[in-house]
Amino acid sequence: MIQFEGEHLLPGQIGHFFVILALVSAMVSLIGFVAAFRTPDLQQKQAWQKFSSISFGIHFISIITIFSIVFYICANHYFEYMYAYKHASKELESKFLLACIWEGQEGSFLLWSMWHATIGLVMLRIKNENHLSRWKAPVMTVITTAQVFLMLMILGIYFFDVRIGNSLFTLTRYEIPGPIFSQPNYLSFIKDGMGLNVLLRNYWMVIHPPILFLGFALTIVPFAYAFAGLQTKQYGDWVKPAMPWVLLCAGILGVGIMMGGKWAYESLSFGGYWAWDPVENASLVPWLILIAGLHTMLIYKATGRSLRASYLFAILTFVFVLYSTFLTRTGILGDTSVHAFTEAGKAINVMIGLFVLTFALPMLSYLLFNLKKIPTIHQEEDTNTREFFMFIGALVFFFAALFIILITSIPVYSKTPFLKDLIIKLHKGPLAMPEDAEFLYNKIMILVAIIIGFLTAVTQYLKYKKTPAGYLTKQLKYPIIATVVLSIALFLLYPIEYHKHGLGFLIAIYVALFFMIYAIIANGMYIFLVLKSNLKFAGGSLAHLGFTLMIAGMLISSSNKQVISDSSVNGINVPVAKDPMTKKDDNPTENLTLIRQVPTKMGDYQVTFLKDSAGNEKGRKFYHLFFQNTNKQSENDRFVLQPDVYIMKDNNMSSNPDTRSFLTKDIFTYISFAINTKENEDTAQFKTFVMAEGEKNYYGNGYFTLDSVVKNPNNEKFHFTPNDIALMAAVTFVSKDSMHYKAYPLIQADSLGVLQVDDTVYAQNLFVRFVGIEEGHKIKIGVKESSTLIDFVTVKSYIFPYIILVWIGLIVMAFGIMMSMVHRANLSPKLGAVVLVLISIGLCYMFLFAG
Amino acid sequence: MKRTHLIILIGIAALIVGLLVFSVDFSTYDTIQSAKNKQGKFVHLIAKLDKSMPITYDPINNPNYLSFYAVDSLGGQTKVVYHNSKPGDLEKSERIVLKGKMQQDHFDCQDILLKCPSKYKDDKKMLEQKMKEEVSSK
Repeated sequence: MIQFEGEHLLPGQIGHFFVILALVSAMVSLIGFVAAFRTPDLQQKQAWQKFSSISFGIHFISIITIFSIVFYICANHYFEYMYAYKHASKELESKFLLACIWEGQEGSFLLWSMWHATIGLVMLRIKNENHLSRWKAPVMTVITTAQVFLMLMILGIYFFDVRIGNSLFTLTRYEIPGPIFSQPNYLSFIKDGMGLNVLLRNYWMVIHPPILFLGFALTIVPFAYAFAGLQTKQYGDWVKPAMPWVLLCAGILGVGIMMGGKWAYESLSFGGYWAWDPVENASLVPWLILIAGLHTMLIYKATGRSLRASYLFAILTFVFVLYSTFLTRTGILGDTSVHAFTEAGKAINVMIGLFVLTFALPMLSYLLFNLKKIPTIHQEEDTNTREFFMFIGALVFFFAALFIILITSIPVYSKTPFLKDLIIKLHKGPLAMPEDAEFLYNKIMILVAIIIGFLTAVTQYLKYKKTPAGYLTKQLKYPIIATVVLSIALFLLYPIEYHKHGLGFLIAIYVALFFMIYAIIANGMYIFLVLKSNLKFAGGSLAHLGFTLMIAGMLISSSNKQVISDSSVNGINVPVAKDPMTKKDDNPTENLTLIRQVPTKMGDYQVTFLKDSAGNEKGRKFYHLFFQNTNKQSENDRFVLQPDVYIMKDNNMSSNPDTRSFLTKDIFTYISFAINTKENEDTAQFKTFVMAEGEKNYYGNGYFTLDSVVKNPNNEKFHFTPNDIALMAAVTFVSKDSMHYKAYPLIQADSLGVLQVDDTVYAQNLFVRFVGIEEGHKIKIGVKESSTLIDFVTVKSYIFPYIILVWIGLIVMAFGIMMSMVHRANLSPKLGAVVLVLISIGLCYMFLFAG
Repeated sequence: MKRTHLIILIGIAALIVGLLVFSVDFSTYDTIQSAKNKQGKFVHLIAKLDKSMPITYDPINNPNYLSFYAVDSLGGQTKVVYHNSKPGDLEKSERIVLKGKMQQDHFDCQDILLKCPSKYKDDKKMLEQKMKEEVSSK
């Protein structure tokens, strides 16, 4: 037995103890809650509930303790622990400590269970009479069952030869084989941990996972209430208490998903906020079903219809959260997703599978066996009622969700026995996504958008049960007129230029946009005309308005997205096919190489790669790209973007874009290639010459003259107005072989400070700089002669028009949902107001101002 | 209208849409050899970078032209042309999924998905390797 030096084993032992305690206390409270709902005796029931509540309290404290210990281990860089070694590192800024905890599988399971425990704690504190006597025990039974599973995932105890779960506290020397672990002082060899993946070093990584997992965790509540409904045989009564939870979940999960989109847009180089990646889809599907369920529950409350559908949707929402856990964490998506977790071992995969099946199969059969007992209204319903159209909307959402998950599950089919062989036989090979996978989704979702847009606009104006004849046409007259006018204006002033998929799809986009505008106007008018600005009830309309605004923003910003880093301007034309409709390049190349200090045209902009600078972190480099609008000359149209890259060992590179946001568009740029080999590094220095106009000087390969100095030049290359402070020098270089080369270095002063735009003479390997001004009408010109030229960077640059609508729409939607939540949960006006104000500040900060 | 009728109706509509979707040309995973037999057809290749052959990427002349050679586990080899920038970690990748079409002498690639060891923090072999480097660098 070797005595290892420098290890801190105590925290791990304490942590491990609390994992076991958390598991045992979850099991104990599970037994207690089961006993509580099975006993008819009220006193006994209360005794059991009290017992289980105490046990659950212990469970909650244990989980918090586990989390604190993991944090402590990572913060202190105790690399003897595998988790710290894999996810923490010394150079990691402390703001990312939380992020490195939920980077790994185990940590994110812990995060998820922390939210479940918190929800459970809230459930235990509700003092409502109905809740105590009916809902508490069955609801908590479901939550504690989930907790038992989650604790098993992080248990890390061997059961015969199989390890149950992966412990957060396992030691590095147990996990990695290697001769160094036979040395007592092995820790002195491990100088640093592997740290947080550089792609994830971002404030979104700190905030996005907790919000998303809170959303996931909240989906268990409607599931639990549905179970409680079946178990208590009070088949319809669960809908009312479940409603505020469903709304809370809809808001938080929706925001969580779009935070992922904003993160991808802002700091990953995928070139957008949504890519129909399987991992994105897996979180969208439960949300769609939840929204379907929310609407059927509303129908039930108003009319007594749609109860069975409400059950189904409430159950499936959580089942699909579990299914997406299965998709993203078992490595099954391996070849199809850029950001799925990698496989963490067979045992864990089996457990995740069991987790899904344990919840899905018994609950769905429980529903099936009791289906006949769930009350329904057999009388036919009128088609001109609100519930009729709401139900259609719910069904459309549900089918859309099924469609998405069917496509997303393609990798699963190829791993299912029999099905796999069948596919290979029919399809002549393993099934893979089609050439344009995004279009496969988009062409269906555009239809969904059209239907939903129409329903969202019209349905509110219908009444439950029966709508008087003529009411609808009277109310909808003005929204229709306004929509037609606005749509025509849009068509004329800002046409959609998306011809890639033909005229049919273009028309579909227009129709969808028309209905989005219609829904926005109709919902806005509904708040003012029908509700008379009674804001208490405006949550629904506001949420619909926000949702449709968001979709409109998505339609516009994606259809009219423009690639401006088209490299044909470099004089390098890759021959591409012409689109028959637009006569434009079908598949323009998207990368453009910018050579340092050489202004290059990109769309309306002239872009100059000025310099690069190092970031705080090792290997991080910022590229300063100076954008200048060639059509406009205001201060606003000149700016510097600083996309950055991390260059890691072995020339691995990860790239973070930078974006300039205007009200009408975003200019989005990232570095697609930036690896310069050592030889390209320039060691030559600038040599400075003081010169007056007309004077002559010599350089290595000839001589040069200062022809003139121009104040605020306005020519092909620069566009200044008389109000600017800028000087340009015109220099002519004459080489020994009598060739003439012009160079125009520039110096300018503005709010950005003093900026020097150097010029280059490629043929002579020269950099020319306007260094400064001397007395007596002289200026300083710097000339650098490089042995090897060329510092460059390759960029991609897009314009996303009106993308701000997406974020504003999302904020409005989330705010509307939360307003409904406050209303349905009967929060006091004061508390409600505080909640809403905090939510709006948080949302506006995250989506509009941060980053 | 009866609710069950409504559900059936919408269900049928969804089914038709679904069938339409599945009638689109879903692609296949192929080996390099079988892809060569399907000239011009969009396929997915699972392959590896052929490290014995040169990678061509000269961003100064053309940032949208990358070419390299790929081999698969069955021994097939092909030249790959990708009209886009070079993914930074191509050389380090252990496995690449290439999407595109075989065009006579080369594979015209539209999208590359890399599987890099750096993404495999949970890979035991990788960790062992890294630990060895750590010690030897001391």
